[in-house]
Amino acid sequence: MNHTEIEERDLARIIVVTSGKGGVGKTTTSAAVAMGLAERGYRTAVIDFDVGLRNLDLIMGCERRVVYDFVNVINSEANLNQALIRDKRNDNLYVLPASQTRDKDALTKEGVGRVLEQLSQTFDYVVCDSPAGIERGAMMAMYFADDALVVTNPEVSSVRDSDRMLGLLSSKSRRAENNAQPIREYLLITRYAPERVVKGEMLSVEDVQEILSMQLLGVVPESKTVLNASNSGVPVILDRTSDAGQAYADVVARYLGDDLPHRFLDVQKKGFFSRLFGG
Amino acid sequence: MGLMDFFRASSRRADSASVAKERLQILVAHDRAERSRPSYLPNLQREILAVIRKYVEVDQEAISVTYEQEGTREILELNIVLPDGGRRF
Repeated sequence: MNHTEIEERDLARIIVVTSGKGGVGKTTTSAAVAMGLAERGYRTAVIDFDVGLRNLDLIMGCERRVVYDFVNVINSEANLNQALIRDKRNDNLYVLPASQTRDKDALTKEGVGRVLEQLSQTFDYVVCDSPAGIERGAMMAMYFADDALVVTNPEVSSVRDSDRMLGLLSSKSRRAENNAQPIREYLLITRYAPERVVKGEMLSVEDVQEILSMQLLGVVPESKTVLNASNSGVPVILDRTSDAGQAYADVVARYLGDDLPHRFLDVQKKGFFSRLFGG
Repeated sequence: MGLMDFFRASSRRADSASVAKERLQILVAHDRAERSRPSYLPNLQREILAVIRKYVEVDQEAISVTYEQEGTREILELNIVLPDGGRRF
């Protein structure tokens, strides 16, 4: 290991959760992965880059505790410690909410870089929840990334958009501009419905992987628990009995280097009780 | 798997998922080829066209520039269709 690698290890790893397409599960994933990393003992900050349409605070269940936001910090109207919201369930986890009102141009490269630099000093991981699209917020969320979780639904427009994001990650990021090691890209397939794959109505995991040729980090099944979790502001990973919660726990474990087999890829046989009570 | 599912699975060709996969493979290959093209290509095409037009009257569509990568080799192909009878200035 050379000197620069040792230096890098002391700073936080910056993870962008991106997809291009909207509604595929970026915020759900950001919340779950951030909570998962915190649960594994890593100091983790999760940032909402969706300026104007903030939602991460709702998914994290801290919407009533927002005082200052990301843009306030960039504009030096508040310091980072004032804006960071500590999670009530896990002391390792902090949320930096997006601004609700300001325009997207508030996210300057210098400003975002400064905030990430500061967070990197004290955190192990910084999770950047990207907005949909390829506008400024999305570009800023990916610019400083070390790793990218590309959230993809098994559906044509989502897969195509993911491929476009791969192109941007490899050309419009700090690592690309500095000719550094490229961003590590991980595929995360969400809203997967094995019973529809069996019927030939949905692209399979193998199909999506073959088209995008990326390393598969995990598959999160389509699950009612995701909506239940967001209704109550609890990251779905904390619903430990649910399939989606367990799938996200696997995702975090794999990201950290554990070698786990993929689960929830096949149609779940309904047991007698779940038939009876509608599981 | 029910009997219907079995028949559906055996006739996968007609599945909407296979159609989706095929369409995406073509699209993604095309998009990726586009991305790997050097950014100077459109300018190059415009300037070559201007030079040729000094001598021969050709349309915008008469010139095509294609760029391909085969392993480490890059191939820049220039194709100019001259008008019939070679009308000259």
